Amino acid sequence: MINLSLIIPQVFLFGWAGLILIIDFFKKGESRKGLGYFALLGLAITAVLTVAADYGNGFFGTYVSDDYGKLFNIIFILSAMLTILASVDFAEIRLKHKGEYYGLLLFAVVGMMFLSGANELITLYVSLELATIPLYVLAAFLKKDLKSTEAGLKYVIIGGASSAILLFGISLLYGLSGTTFLADIQSWNLTAAKLNLGLALSLVLFIAGFGFKLAAAPFHMWAPDVYEGAPTPVTAFLSVASKAAGLVAFVRIFFSPLLIAQTDWVLILEIVAVLAMVIGNFVALLQSNIKRMLAYSSIAQVGYVLVALCAGNGYSIIGMMIFLMAYVFANIGAFMIAIGYSNMTGSDEISDYAGMIRRNPLATVMMTIFMLSLVGIPPTAGFLGKYWLFAAAVKGHLYWLVVVAVLMSVVSLFYYINVVRIMVFQRREDESKLYYGPALGLGVTISGVMVILICVLPATFFEWASRAVKAFFPEL
Amino acid sequence: MESITLNFPVLTYITFFPLIGIIAILLLKKESVGAIRWTAAFFSFVPLVLSIYLVWFYLSSMGTGLLFDINNQTAGFVFDFENPLVWFPQVNIFYHMGADGLSVPMIFLTGLLSFVSIFVSFSIKDRVKEYFAWFLLLEVGMFGVFSALDFFLFYIFWEIMLVPMYFLIGVWGGPRREYAAIKFFLYTLFGSVFMLIGILALYFTTGTLDMLELIRQNAIYSHLFQMWVFAGFFIAFAIKVPVWPFHTWLPDAHVEAPTAVSVILAGILLKMGTYGILRVSFPMFPEATKAYTVPIAILGLIGIIYGALVSMAQKDLKKLVAYSSVSHMGYCMLGMAAITTVGVSGCLFQMFSHGVITGALFILVGVIYERAHTREIAAFGGLGVKLPVFTGIFVLFGMASLGLPGMSGFVSEFMVFVGSYQTVFFGKWIVIIAVLGVVLTAGYILRMIQRMFLGQFNTKWEGLTEINGREIFTVAPLAILTVLIGVYPKVLNVFLKDTVDNLVKLILG
Repeated sequence: MINLSLIIPQVFLFGWAGLILIIDFFKKGESRKGLGYFALLGLAITAVLTVAADYGNGFFGTYVSDDYGKLFNIIFILSAMLTILASVDFAEIRLKHKGEYYGLLLFAVVGMMFLSGANELITLYVSLELATIPLYVLAAFLKKDLKSTEAGLKYVIIGGASSAILLFGISLLYGLSGTTFLADIQSWNLTAAKLNLGLALSLVLFIAGFGFKLAAAPFHMWAPDVYEGAPTPVTAFLSVASKAAGLVAFVRIFFSPLLIAQTDWVLILEIVAVLAMVIGNFVALLQSNIKRMLAYSSIAQVGYVLVALCAGNGYSIIGMMIFLMAYVFANIGAFMIAIGYSNMTGSDEISDYAGMIRRNPLATVMMTIFMLSLVGIPPTAGFLGKYWLFAAAVKGHLYWLVVVAVLMSVVSLFYYINVVRIMVFQRREDESKLYYGPALGLGVTISGVMVILICVLPATFFEWASRAVKAFFPEL
Repeated sequence: MESITLNFPVLTYITFFPLIGIIAILLLKKESVGAIRWTAAFFSFVPLVLSIYLVWFYLSSMGTGLLFDINNQTAGFVFDFENPLVWFPQVNIFYHMGADGLSVPMIFLTGLLSFVSIFVSFSIKDRVKEYFAWFLLLEVGMFGVFSALDFFLFYIFWEIMLVPMYFLIGVWGGPRREYAAIKFFLYTLFGSVFMLIGILALYFTTGTLDMLELIRQNAIYSHLFQMWVFAGFFIAFAIKVPVWPFHTWLPDAHVEAPTAVSVILAGILLKMGTYGILRVSFPMFPEATKAYTVPIAILGLIGIIYGALVSMAQKDLKKLVAYSSVSHMGYCMLGMAAITTVGVSGCLFQMFSHGVITGALFILVGVIYERAHTREIAAFGGLGVKLPVFTGIFVLFGMASLGLPGMSGFVSEFMVFVGSYQTVFFGKWIVIIAVLGVVLTAGYILRMIQRMFLGQFNTKWEGLTEINGREIFTVAPLAILTVLIGVYPKVLNVFLKDTVDNLVKLILG
């Protein structure tokens, strides 16, 4: 069965992205602000289509549309929308080929949206490539900037290598089970009671391959350079959407066909989680550049998610979903403050944020909210996210892992609150006002409100997350 | 279950009224300092009035006989709503607010000290708008902690307080304010994350986060589970108290914080630790409590002696008062570890009276610092000649602090000693050593009074002005309470008695 109705949102967005490229071609003048808002409109329509899309299997079982995939699609679309709000002013100042910029961003989202429904390994691989290849280009989008070029090159090489590792893992799993369909692998795996070497190797390769995509330590070394060099809105998008894309596929594989082998992969995953949290947090302590700080901290944030995933229960997925919803708003929100500041002053140094409370009080308040959310202090969404992540691990009796995770959260307080400290406590000579403009202002305000709202009215968001879990744990 | 519901949700109003105040203050112009001050005063005055209403309501419902029933552990509470409001239905999290004999006095104390502190803060000149906004947010968190009966809610309020505290110390504090602020924040967050693990462990054992329900089910927790989870909670609460050796954030925070914030820190925040132990750890984990009494008593004893000895060595007046808090909170720990009615009541008496006395002492330290710009004890001398009224008030609270009979400090320390002498859980030698703490306390307080207010007048301070009306207004209610409780302890005991009886019976089984 082909069942085209399942992929209407993706097809629509693909068409819209193409349309952007065509309009860009015919448009005169330098400004492309309108095109940015046009892309925003397309994403908004796609979001509606996603919510309305049919459920079920399609394309002979290679693609599935369920609440899990849909929720992730919404997360991808939201992060793309916020990224575009963050890009509109940035693109005018820094970028040359603005039409292509918006187009590529939408193409990446299309890839991610296919990835979220991929129910077969080859489809999964192809979608993953469709999602990342536009991102390679976007990372190198500041052509004249050496750091950006370096970022693009590094990203493409490491990304290619990690794809190859993943593909090797896929081929081993295919060789063992004789199928690439996740559902069939699941039934094969049930019969292969004991662990064999081939499976072990493929598990390692899967974790390594996804580890690169997620930028989880020890597979993180590309991330700080790429995050620093890439245009900042792209960094924001990379740190949220591309991580979510890695997670959507990882969970799809590890929580349905490979869940039975949990005892075999949990140890590797625990090591990766601890390394990600420890390295991410401690290196972030030393950063003076806001982009690098957020890059390293995002390595740590993935570590918290992996803590929950180690537990392998329904709460792992609930925790991951709520955490990601919180993370989209808090992290891109923080990036938006940084982007706006850099648009106006050209600086990404945290120490330059001194006196921000006088220059733009609202931005300071918002940044405080985002930072507290990233630490996980109530009443912010980040608290709720971490609460459920840790709940999953406690439920799975992974107490030592939770202790490490909470201690690392305390460490993270130090560098996140440092940004606020400089903004609020320190003074500077030039305390002229800063104006963030309508697009960034809107994006920051929406993010700030959502960060609070998710914690104050958690029931709705929890409901979505628990519907998503049904794809894996129908009884929960 | 029979329960008493307030005529209208007073606790909710008390807790969230200051939040409206924040919005009001944010709408005011930065320059209209006077308006901001009085708005803040108004929005902390209303909760004070409401908390007095709560006290009255609680007292009047005690006569109905509905409040106390030993077999029903939720007895003794007045609730905002008959049935807790559904907040997060999928996981049994409710908006559940209620107060009993433990929390009613603390809510009143919070209301009073917040109101007083707002007036103390009238001397803040810099960034007034932000200051009062943070202060009111702090007030929301404090009321919330004492009223919340759902763990999720409790944790949120517990953590909300950290943020305004961080800013209040960090922006308006003394020279080492940034260090003190981050140290406070890191220390308390470190403690609370262990509480979070404990909360999650409880949730997955029982499927509920209702604190009263968790107390009711305390029989199903295994011994090992109790020991571990008790320890997790204890770290969180002990850092807040602070129990030796978790006390090192306290002197820094107290010394660097602006006067009003020191008052709140000493008066309310420290009490949250002991309140948490009595509200959460003791009733939920009775077996672990009995097993841990000796370590708790010894930590309390070390706190008493260590705090007193370190206070003796202080040259800075504010530091002296700060370390004396470590010593005084040690009495609380000793009293509660006894698990006798008198001991636990003594602990609660000490919580209340230390809040009042030390709050007042910090205000007085602030008064002299604002005039002299130094807090060095040795720099003063013979102030009694120049500032008789100030000296009188200071000596009054000094005497209360060292436990002079007739003052609330005496009542509480006496009860702690009597209670812990009766206990079967630890030896009498602990109490005997602890009594020496009183001598040490008398030593450092009297020496400080002697060096500051008696002896030769230091002519350098010829220009000092006497304590003004606003300042007298801020300490007067505290002085009245100190003497009232000291002379007639029943005013406080009437609230505590039945709740404490219930608690002790619950632990001893």
